[in-house]
Amino acid sequence: MEYQQLMQRVAVLGAAGKMGSGIAALLSQELVRLKLQYRLEHLRLTLIDTNEAAFPGLLAYLADQARRAAEKQIVTLRGFYSDRADLVDNGEIIEQYIADLLSLVRVDTDLRVVAPATMVFEAIVENLEVKLKVFKQLAESCAKETYFFTNTSSIPIGLISQRTDLVGRVIGYHFYNPPIVQKLLELIVPETTRKELVGLAVELAAHLRKTVVRSADVAGFIGNGHFTRDGLYGLNLAERLVADRGLTLPEAVVAVNRVTQDFLLRPMGIFQLLDYVGIEVYQSILAIIAEHGEQPHLRSPLCDRMLAAGIRGGQHQDGSQKDGFLGYEKGRPARVYDLESGTYRTIDEALLGKVDGLLGPLPSSALTWKALSRDGHAGERLAAYFGKLEALDTLGASLARDYLKNSKVIAETLVQLGVTPTVDDVSAVLKLGFFHLYGVADFA
Amino acid sequence: MKQLRKNVYIAAGYNTVSFGSGRKEFNPKKPMRTFEEYVVEAGRSTLTALPDPSLVDEAVVGNFMAGRFLRQGNLPGFVGMLHEGLRHKPATRVEGACCSGGLALATAMKTVLSDLSDISLCLGFEIQNTVKAVYGADYLAAAGYYRGERKAGHAYFFPSKFSDRAGAYFQRYGGETARKGMARWYAQMVENARLCPKAQEHHNTLEDPEAAAMAAPNPKSFVEHLNYFDCSKVSDGASSLLFLSEEGVQKAGLHRDRCARLIGFGQAARDITRPPEDLTVLDTTAAAVQRALEMAGLSLEDLGFVEVHDCFTISAMLALEAIGLTPPGTAPQYVLDGHTRRDGKVPANATGGLIGYGHYTGGTGVRQAVDLLDQLTGNAGPCQLSLDPARPYGLMISMGGNDVTVVAMIFTRAV
Repeated sequence: MEYQQLMQRVAVLGAAGKMGSGIAALLSQELVRLKLQYRLEHLRLTLIDTNEAAFPGLLAYLADQARRAAEKQIVTLRGFYSDRADLVDNGEIIEQYIADLLSLVRVDTDLRVVAPATMVFEAIVENLEVKLKVFKQLAESCAKETYFFTNTSSIPIGLISQRTDLVGRVIGYHFYNPPIVQKLLELIVPETTRKELVGLAVELAAHLRKTVVRSADVAGFIGNGHFTRDGLYGLNLAERLVADRGLTLPEAVVAVNRVTQDFLLRPMGIFQLLDYVGIEVYQSILAIIAEHGEQPHLRSPLCDRMLAAGIRGGQHQDGSQKDGFLGYEKGRPARVYDLESGTYRTIDEALLGKVDGLLGPLPSSALTWKALSRDGHAGERLAAYFGKLEALDTLGASLARDYLKNSKVIAETLVQLGVTPTVDDVSAVLKLGFFHLYGVADFA
Repeated sequence: MKQLRKNVYIAAGYNTVSFGSGRKEFNPKKPMRTFEEYVVEAGRSTLTALPDPSLVDEAVVGNFMAGRFLRQGNLPGFVGMLHEGLRHKPATRVEGACCSGGLALATAMKTVLSDLSDISLCLGFEIQNTVKAVYGADYLAAAGYYRGERKAGHAYFFPSKFSDRAGAYFQRYGGETARKGMARWYAQMVENARLCPKAQEHHNTLEDPEAAAMAAPNPKSFVEHLNYFDCSKVSDGASSLLFLSEEGVQKAGLHRDRCARLIGFGQAARDITRPPEDLTVLDTTAAAVQRALEMAGLSLEDLGFVEVHDCFTISAMLALEAIGLTPPGTAPQYVLDGHTRRDGKVPANATGGLIGYGHYTGGTGVRQAVDLLDQLTGNAGPCQLSLDPARPYGLMISMGGNDVTVVAMIFTRAV
């Protein structure tokens, strides 16, 4: 079938979730483009979620994203609506666009209404059993031509398709969070996948203005393959600092977070990133890779202890950060969790002073990820920076160098495991999906 | 009428900061100053020049689109807010799109010439940051012929109107030199604005503005022949000054070295329902300037400096040609040759013009007169030009819409 035909009836499962709502927003904009540009009728975007209470918020989110998109594309939209004499102002056209987009959308809690869908996007909880149950039901109710796009970030696609009798019709379509903003799309194509589906997936990605990086169908793929191991290295490093350097765990967490953010010039420290992903989600991804990727050593007792204490991280419905290893004020780390007392400790001058005293000064305090990310000459500055880091004889610099080396080792491991043919793809994923400013092999 | 029947002076000028993107303190997510604050800041500053504000006989307010940007009409009602002494004074709001400020000047001048006023307060303002540019473009499109042009027009209506002019200009005279001249104009305006702490581009940190302004236009997201650097920005601001008769100057107790004298005036409008006859010519502007020069009895060689209405870089090129400073098709080379630089033959827009200082549409004409006054009285601070003593004449052009409504004025020293 042609792209436009397949886009006639699209469904998103888990549409009220963080990933699902973003995917729904992207698809709603693509569908309304087809409607307006090619005058296609009968387009339908069906949004399914078990959480009915979240539907008003979901529709408001779609409308808000539609407005932003319309404001950006107003030049094109005026052309689409040129035959509507009643729409004159940009403002009138934008309102009509939002109304047209929302008119394509239906929300429901009942999975049965997905039956007529030609394309189904799955973004439900990252749990194999739950996913299998849903896919089995759809395999029965949907037509044999229906294609399935799963947003799983770790579960092998082949596993899903084999256990649900959907071989050839499931493709891994892993958006990054938040989907509406992030450019990266990991595409996972099991060998048995129908060629038509692969072509459609690539074509759709181009329309959604995503950059596709292909990953082999190995648990965790490229992004989580690197992130889980990178995180584990940080978790273990914190525990090592406690054992070898006599730090308390909160001090070690702050120290490792500082090394990974400020010394490595990353957008977030590793503990902040673990909190952003969510400790529980992280643990479940680790478990999936350990089991289905046959990497039993991938487990974190520290995360187990945090979860046992009821500390989960992740995000609130409005996108704000929940407390995890770190506690947040206006999205910035302000506190650190102390497992011993079961309370958060303020990251104050005394704590920072102790950590900085141990780590030593930054190679260049003036350089930050934020400034560099907007700098046209970041490459030269980064080279000079890591030259200085190499020469520094401090604990902070030494830990940072080890971290860099480990990141490269992880990338090489992924190549050995057959996840990707080259470490360059790992670098591409880290740059696009994790906003790193340099590749894994650039300065390691 | 070829001559003014009596002397008319301006004095006590004041410009607020031109606020908007580019200013360090600008943050669209934070609450901004209200329009009342701008009006009060400018108006009261002007009134401090008077021993008693109740000496003001009449007030004129220039504003383009408060009705949409602020949902506020009946603007004469805000004059009384400036001082108790203005209670029950006559006040008038005038509108002519981006020439609203120019029309405010013309109207204030006429109140003095009518003998009904010896001291008139002239105030112009616009607040545009209340909405995103995509909606502001709708409001500003009213400066064109809404029923006749808007539907078929571009999302960014006015940029596209002047993009069309640029396209026609490129076609007739060659695009390469024109593009370079326009980029040089942008760079000159940024350099001038960097000298002026209140200018919107005062904080501009581009290492090479001219190179930046050579960027290729992107018709998919904007217009065909202009890039963002070719355009004046969205601005909030207010300007004010006094128009005075001889008696007014006496009553106010103003020294003449603080005043400038109006010696040339020209006003013109063209039929908005018809397209311009020639896209490469600003004929309404030319007509207004011609009248002003005739009234002043000056030739082009006498002009010491100018304030042109550079809503777009191409408007500046066309304005230089409409004035007659350089023949049709040669303005870009004229700019590239340095004639409009601060130390050039005819320095232009000493505080950055609409592109560098900013363009609070309904206030811009007043802002230009304030800048001419400051230059002629030696009060321009770091923006002061060293004027040729033989040519103490400054010309300003205020243009509304697509060369539809124009006011030109020429001022000189009062002593």
